[in-house]
Amino acid sequence: MANKEMKRKKRSSSSSRKVKGLGLHVIPFSEVQYLSITDRIKKILKLILGNKIVILQGRLKVEEEIRLIEDTMAMVDHIKSFRGIELAVIEPSLNDSGIMAKMKQGIANRLSGNTGALTIIGPASIVKEIKKDPKKLEVMLG
Amino acid sequence: MIRIIKSWSKRVLNSLFGRKDNIKLGFYGPPNAGKTSLANIICKDWTGEEIGSVSDVPHETRSVQVKEKVEIEHKGKKLTFKIADTPGIATKIDYEDFLKFKMKKKAAKKRAKEATQGIIESIKWLDDMDAIIVVLDATENPYSQVNITVVGNIAAKEKPVLIIANKIDLKKANVKTIEAAFPEYEVVGISAKKKKNIDDFYEALFRLSKKV
Repeated sequence: MANKEMKRKKRSSSSSRKVKGLGLHVIPFSEVQYLSITDRIKKILKLILGNKIVILQGRLKVEEEIRLIEDTMAMVDHIKSFRGIELAVIEPSLNDSGIMAKMKQGIANRLSGNTGALTIIGPASIVKEIKKDPKKLEVMLG
Repeated sequence: MIRIIKSWSKRVLNSLFGRKDNIKLGFYGPPNAGKTSLANIICKDWTGEEIGSVSDVPHETRSVQVKEKVEIEHKGKKLTFKIADTPGIATKIDYEDFLKFKMKKKAAKKRAKEATQGIIESIKWLDDMDAIIVVLDATENPYSQVNITVVGNIAAKEKPVLIIANKIDLKKANVKTIEAAFPEYEVVGISAKKKKNIDDFYEALFRLSKKV
């Protein structure tokens, strides 16, 4: 029994060690709104390299997402301990909304850069996996 | 002179009838989805030679492999393709993942380095393609951001896309989930390993080529 308790304590202390130093960084849309693609990606990758999980209000444009992958790969190639990123976007589901609501959201998205969505980007060394399906999102830490 | 006139008239006729010769066809998708296996079937069927090697270890294709002038005949129609099999696109590369396949550390590190460069090369080639085949593993969750980013980018560049749900010979395969994830595109379920539904693939490929 005591043995079991010791094992449990050991397990819990090792898991707390793993998440020690874990940082979340929220970037409001207004903070990146007027940045160029290069500066926006640079800002995100700088935080990732500092072992932060970035929560960005809104979503990156498709060309920014692919650029993020390109720049990430260039960094994996150059920075020894960097293995890449995990990336996911959560969008508000409009499936049950009416046509007017969808149209309004569509126009708002175009004007504002889809601020209703959230983009989660984490260093692959911390975020082991982001499991995503249309109804839920699970972030698994390493 | 005759050759110039011939080539000019061919180009004019092709543009008049909307037919494009030597369609640049790119095979894109995540690592280990079966891009090379499918590209190999086409190349072997129509040129007698494969385009690249296949392995269970991810990132076997680490540079873009090209096969020029692959002439495919289907139901009496002929089309010529330039086939580009690209390295699988991923957001992370960890050499330690390769060690699980009994690879030595030095070789794993080399593979990881080449894989990162291969991904950058894949993305660069996207602009040059006329049509894209996105190969997905039908046993995996298709809602990964890499899949969404790749398909989103192709759509933004207004290039015709065909989605292949590969590995339908496996129990876990679910073509319907892929169809639900990408409802705007045609999805064809195949097994490149067992050569299942390849005729359906050719049929869809010729439909795709009409959109070029």
